[in-house]
Amino acid sequence: MAKFKGSIVVDKEKCKGCEVCVVACPTNVIGLSREVNGKGFHIAFMENPDACTGCANCAIVCPDGVITVYKKERLSSEKKIKEQK
Amino acid sequence: MNDNLSNADIVKCENLVYKRSPVMTDNVMHYCPGCGHGTAHQIIAEVIEEMDIQAETIGITPVGCAVLMYNYLDIDMQEAAHGRAPALATAVKRLMPEKYVFTYQGDGDLAAIGTAETIHACNRGENIAIFFINNGIYGMTGGQMAPTTLPNMRSSTSPYGRDVEMMGNPLRITELVAQLPGTYYVTRQAVHTPTYVRKTKKAVRRAFENQKLKKGLSLVEIVSNCNSGWKMSPVQANKWMVDNMFPFYPPGDIKLEGKMLSKD
Repeated sequence: MAKFKGSIVVDKEKCKGCEVCVVACPTNVIGLSREVNGKGFHIAFMENPDACTGCANCAIVCPDGVITVYKKERLSSEKKIKEQK
Repeated sequence: MNDNLSNADIVKCENLVYKRSPVMTDNVMHYCPGCGHGTAHQIIAEVIEEMDIQAETIGITPVGCAVLMYNYLDIDMQEAAHGRAPALATAVKRLMPEKYVFTYQGDGDLAAIGTAETIHACNRGENIAIFFINNGIYGMTGGQMAPTTLPNMRSSTSPYGRDVEMMGNPLRITELVAQLPGTYYVTRQAVHTPTYVRKTKKAVRRAFENQKLKKGLSLVEIVSNCNSGWKMSPVQANKWMVDNMFPFYPPGDIKLEGKMLSKD
């Protein structure tokens, strides 16, 4: 499992559903939703959020700049115990 | 490995990896879904942000789809007459030599009506950057044939494909201006995949750096799609671009630091 877990936030009203991010994602996280936004576009969302590594490939190819990317290190169980102490 | 990270844990400002550049305004872009213009705008905005030159940059917008670029980039911009952006950029740069000046032009603007201005600005070696978006078609006016349209490529004015015997050969203007002594850096890139976006960003950065060092003109061609004009979906258009545009317009540096690169 990847060391980092990522997450994306899509600006729903600005997304135009062009699917460029869907193709760019190396771990096939992104899909297009069934519901549409105010302009009638199917918007990008995380179909498979556990696989996201926060690589930001989707965000840099997004022509409308609607994707914001976050990532956080997954803590191994040993590290977690240490932190709790 | 522990997997208890919830989405709310990750989406916090300290975990931020990438967000839209603050040099971009909040306006929704009028471009068609999947258009390469948006990506190209963001690359320029990110480079301006990284170099911290937002207050010193002047952009010259063309006639074409990117005519409304001033709505999306929060910098000073000036609109030029069709094809005359390099001439206007020359004037701006000569009057304000400390500013960073770039033009952003399409193929109908730079390679058709503005050929003379482009070639002379390149030959004089003005200290400006030219970003040239090549999609092989007049996208804004409805997909008519442009000088860069490929042989046998369909457009609304060549519905049976471009017939080279009747309509002439496509123009590789980037290779043409690379021959001129005034150009310092000439390259061709694309924006359809993350790899190419990163390469294009480096090229744009280099174009601005060259301007800072007063080295001469930098021209960055960005091979892009026009999915509406080509009558395809964005993903199909990108694939078509790789299959058909890249053999004729191969990406890569053509002239680096004033020297032509050999084609090996």
